Amino acid sequence: MNTQLVNEISIFVLAIFLGFEVISKVPTILHTPLMSGSNAIHGVILVGAMVIMASASGPLQLTLGFVAVVLATINMVGGYVVTDRMLEMFKSRNPKGPSKP
Amino acid sequence: MHLSSGFTLLYLLAAVLFIIGLHQLSSPKHARSGNLVAALGALIAVVATIVVLHHSVLNWVLMALAILVGIPVGAVAARAVKMTAMPQMVATFNGVGGGAAALVAIIEFLMVPKGTTASLLLSISVVFAVVIGAVSFSGSGVAFAKLQELMRGTPLTYPGQQPVNGAVAAAIVILGVLIVVSGVGVIGLWVLLLLALVLGVAFVLPIGGADMPVVISMLNAFTGLAVAGDGFVLGLPILVVGGTLVGASGTFLTKMMSDNMGRSLGNLLFGAFGKVQVGAETAASGQRSVHSGSAEDIGTLLAYSQRVIIVPGYGLAVAQAQHVVRDLADALEKRGVSVDYAIHPVAGRMPGHMNVLLAEANIPYEQLKDMDEINDDFKSADVALVVGANDVVNPAARNSPGSPIFGMPILNADQAKNIIFMKRSMRPGFAGIDNELLYDPKTIMLFGDAKDSLTQLVAAVKAA
Repeated sequence: MNTQLVNEISIFVLAIFLGFEVISKVPTILHTPLMSGSNAIHGVILVGAMVIMASASGPLQLTLGFVAVVLATINMVGGYVVTDRMLEMFKSRNPKGPSKP
Repeated sequence: MHLSSGFTLLYLLAAVLFIIGLHQLSSPKHARSGNLVAALGALIAVVATIVVLHHSVLNWVLMALAILVGIPVGAVAARAVKMTAMPQMVATFNGVGGGAAALVAIIEFLMVPKGTTASLLLSISVVFAVVIGAVSFSGSGVAFAKLQELMRGTPLTYPGQQPVNGAVAAAIVILGVLIVVSGVGVIGLWVLLLLALVLGVAFVLPIGGADMPVVISMLNAFTGLAVAGDGFVLGLPILVVGGTLVGASGTFLTKMMSDNMGRSLGNLLFGAFGKVQVGAETAASGQRSVHSGSAEDIGTLLAYSQRVIIVPGYGLAVAQAQHVVRDLADALEKRGVSVDYAIHPVAGRMPGHMNVLLAEANIPYEQLKDMDEINDDFKSADVALVVGANDVVNPAARNSPGSPIFGMPILNADQAKNIIFMKRSMRPGFAGIDNELLYDPKTIMLFGDAKDSLTQLVAAVKAA
């Protein structure tokens, strides 16, 4: 195994634990926005699609690459925008943040 | 690929921003800024990638074009979508992400020079990303169709479904192993893609529309894992971090969501199998009488109550009646009636969906009560006003073990002194099951569009 692979596996394993820990306790009202927000985060596949597009050659690879970049862009841009729209509503109700009586 | 250390550090920064963003998304106070922090991370990663890549002119133009196509499509769709259609929108964005992840892996596999075999690591990651990405893509498609009501939301089952799905899954595993160990090559990968797309559809079909949010959350975690797989394919740690974060936190979130519905994930995903006959039996009980009342009578009843609890459901959102329901509450409060809203965790089409919809109508946060907070209060309430909700107050969840929603925690609307049900018709709710509460002697039905009925009620309360 080369060093790069070992590094990636380390990152992978650490990220699993981080993913579990980082959201710990989420109130129900945030389940939908959280799902939507994490949906936007995996939009980072756009970086992968761009990298693969850089070395694509021939009509098949270029076409598939084009489609991949379009889809990934939609995932990323749409994901963040739609999440912001959801969360905007929580804010507008009470400018100083939620306050319980 | 090999990156200079400067860019590696930029990717690290992006990864850190993802982690901070995700963390903030789980707290109500910082959720919005968390989303923006994550978006900044994504922007940094993309810009760094543009700078570091060495494209030929053709590839560069095509890539730029693709991004320029994607941005307006994503942004406009996200801006234009109605709040009620939010769940299907998230499903769509998740599906296209999964599709992109599968495509990236396929292209990398196509790039393996003819006559040479791909390394073990590469083929394993490619197979993984293609299968998971494609399942997420087609599964999200079915989830979209069910939520958009392009197809029936009820579980779609047929005899032998489980063995058939099992066979498809087994074929995928066998073919995947063949691709990895014997280098079946590109043809094998296309077949694998096809099988995975079929599995995604077959897997989601038997799951009821009411359970779709949990399915979307799970497919979201899947896409995350597929993206992480692509990270291994391409040697891009930023994809490994971003994808794995979503995969792990998404799995956790999926579990929280199914816990909220009082079901195990396994029961939710595979519960519909072999239950074809159960639906037919419960449907037979539809021939009993219900009491319906006029808006004037009900308005008077409300006006002379002390405590009213409103149970809003998806029907309220569909009728765009959030604002009228607020008018009604205001009119009642003016007469000294205490009004609260009882929010079931899965009211609407997604957990927390109803809170978002009511917030849109500026209903005060303090009046929105969680199920646990308000469930004991129904006993002392004069009226439970159920507006466009059904399954979340269905006592079958408590009483009949054969029901598909058995075990789901429900709002105790049946314990109120009077129950007013506002519905368009006697049609069963999203889960497709009959509701005993409609036939309860304490129940008065008010048929019609929620918005019209509420408007009449407001007038009746003011006149009383």
